[in-house]
Amino acid sequence: MIKTSKYKIRIKVLIIRSFLLMSSFFIIASCANDDTQTVAEFTQLVMADEFSTDGVPDSAIWDYEIGTGENGWGNNELQYYTNRTENITAQNGILIITAKKESFEGASYTSARIVTKGEQAYGRYEARIRLPYGQGIWPAFWLLGADCGPAVVWPQCGEIDIMEYRGQEPTTIHGSVHGNGFSGADAITKSYSLLNDRFDTGFHVFGIEWAPEYINYYVDDVLYNQITPADVPGEWVFNHPFKIIINLAVGGSFVGSPNSETVFPQTMLIDYVRVYKK
Amino acid sequence: MKNIKFIYLKITLLLAFIATVTISCEREVSDDVEFASYQTTPEIFIDGFMGGLDYFPFGNSFAEAFSVDTEVKYAGTASMRFDIPVFGVGYGGATFPSKGPRDLSSYDALTFWAKASRGADINEIGFGINGDTNNKYRVTMYNLPLTTKWKKYIIAIPDASKLFQEKGMFWYAEGAENILDEGGYTFWIDELKFEKLGTIAQPQPAILSGLNVVQQTFIDTNIELDGLTQTFNLASGTNQTLSIAPSYFTFTSSDIEVARVSELGIVSVIGSGTATITATLGGVKAAGSLTIESSGSLATAPVPTLASNNVISIFSNAYTNVPIDFFNDGWDGSTTQTTDVKSNGDDIKYYSQNNYVGIGFQNPTINASAMTHLHIDIYTEDIISGNFEIQIRDRGANGEINSDFNGNPIGDDKDKRYSISSLPQGQWTSVNIPLNDGLASQKNNLSLIVFVGGVPNFYVDNIYFYK
Repeated sequence: MIKTSKYKIRIKVLIIRSFLLMSSFFIIASCANDDTQTVAEFTQLVMADEFSTDGVPDSAIWDYEIGTGENGWGNNELQYYTNRTENITAQNGILIITAKKESFEGASYTSARIVTKGEQAYGRYEARIRLPYGQGIWPAFWLLGADCGPAVVWPQCGEIDIMEYRGQEPTTIHGSVHGNGFSGADAITKSYSLLNDRFDTGFHVFGIEWAPEYINYYVDDVLYNQITPADVPGEWVFNHPFKIIINLAVGGSFVGSPNSETVFPQTMLIDYVRVYKK
Repeated sequence: MKNIKFIYLKITLLLAFIATVTISCEREVSDDVEFASYQTTPEIFIDGFMGGLDYFPFGNSFAEAFSVDTEVKYAGTASMRFDIPVFGVGYGGATFPSKGPRDLSSYDALTFWAKASRGADINEIGFGINGDTNNKYRVTMYNLPLTTKWKKYIIAIPDASKLFQEKGMFWYAEGAENILDEGGYTFWIDELKFEKLGTIAQPQPAILSGLNVVQQTFIDTNIELDGLTQTFNLASGTNQTLSIAPSYFTFTSSDIEVARVSELGIVSVIGSGTATITATLGGVKAAGSLTIESSGSLATAPVPTLASNNVISIFSNAYTNVPIDFFNDGWDGSTTQTTDVKSNGDDIKYYSQNNYVGIGFQNPTINASAMTHLHIDIYTEDIISGNFEIQIRDRGANGEINSDFNGNPIGDDKDKRYSISSLPQGQWTSVNIPLNDGLASQKNNLSLIVFVGGVPNFYVDNIYFYK
């Protein structure tokens, strides 16, 4: 768990794009080995799902998104999202999202995608997740502008990807923002890789702390990126309420299709989702 | 695919001794080191042998293949250099065992940097060749591709918890398999050591190459499980599959009154009925299984009645047999498996998945000048498809088998080819083949009996020449 943990960090780990826009809590006077890094500062819990009730996810918190969306959810994804127990269920305090290889409603794979009913601007969003693996496997924990729709079309409504991952790169995750002028392949992204570990063999905490002037990205106890309005070549659209989405996609433009070595079923295990404010 | 077979199990101790004496780049641990258990030294070769290491070239390998190179190296002051001879001169092959056992249980991979003077595939490379344990934990990676640039390579440990007293640190075997295959080149290995990478994950062990095989058989048959592999997903996202020794697995029989499995992966059929053999590796269920359908005891073949002075016996409990070199020499392209079966005390040979296989006897050859026939008792439950051919070869006086590309005798060789178009199923049939045709005038240097095609699975007994 993160909260305001202090830890040792080497200077090379800490790459901050803009010292000028650093908020006051983020003190980097000098970076000797003894320096500590404050990963997250928002501590007032406003929403949490610990998935402590077995069965379907809490309907007070989550909605399902069913089907194949438009053009495979805009990415040529191959799966059909369902609300069936074999694709999504909570067991022993863990939400299990399972991608299966099966013919279903014209698709070759099934999986699940959930979105929060509630929405919030700013805050600290984190989830503790064990990821699946294999070519063509694409899990994500992300935020989408609550106003996304016909009136405010993507990417004007904004997207903050807290964690995206390619199953064929089991040691690396990506944190991104999308808006007008910086979406899709042109999103502002930074990748974070584990050394001597991988994301599919244990749980890791993926989080952001989002304030009006910045979005900080962290994995476990490592703050690995900060994105500010100065970093995006377009309008800073991260100033209104967003919803949380958790999904496990199969195939699509970001990962390519599964191959003969991809093992099915694949499971994404979510221990908790927590949202804090300052 | 390459199919070369190296005789790496036969380590020539004399060569090994010479090599050991000539290699003197060891670094000994200091006197004040005390080991609570076995040493955990991960390094094998950094700039010289580490932690007490030997060098044993394999039998018949090119003795000068290995040297220490101080000119070409990835890091430090020296690398391991391997000079692979051109086709026809032999091969490079050796094991590098630790002098004392090492505890490798805290590591998950053997790693090294390597490059070659040209693009090349190392035929076999790995660890776990250990004469003390009959290579109990051998690991083989086939056809490791090298480039002309230094690159780091990883060979995963199938289950490190087994390797708490391992001597087999590293081995390789590489040679030109034909005139077109790479030979006459050099490759280098540096920074050879065991590591804990933390990124070796998602094991997918398999037996019988992951297939679910059903095999009809009889009591007293022993079947060796093959196709034993471990597959891991590496940090690169790619899968690596290694051929591994049976002792990494835990085998289970669903009915131990029908079949039992040894730690060495040998299935012994002891009763009638059905039993399924499965396996786990490090707690992970292996893909693949062998279902034994045992029909009880195999009927015994007819007992020979001829007087022994009218017989030259190759394989029979009724006579004294002449020396036999092999019942299956693993010829290139042969799929045939040979199994020893005992039925009511009688020895029987079982040939399965046969396409072609030979019984060889050349030390000495058989002079059957006084004989008129070859006798074989054959049992099969298969229906013959096409022709089942039995060939008897006389290799002539020149001391070697001379064949054309189709396997027909040339030079001073002669043979007899006898086709069988049908055999009754489920009973023994006595086949008596006259020594005529090519053998009519020459049968004093018989050296081979070959079974070709027609019937994949059959039992043979009482193979003898008679008059």
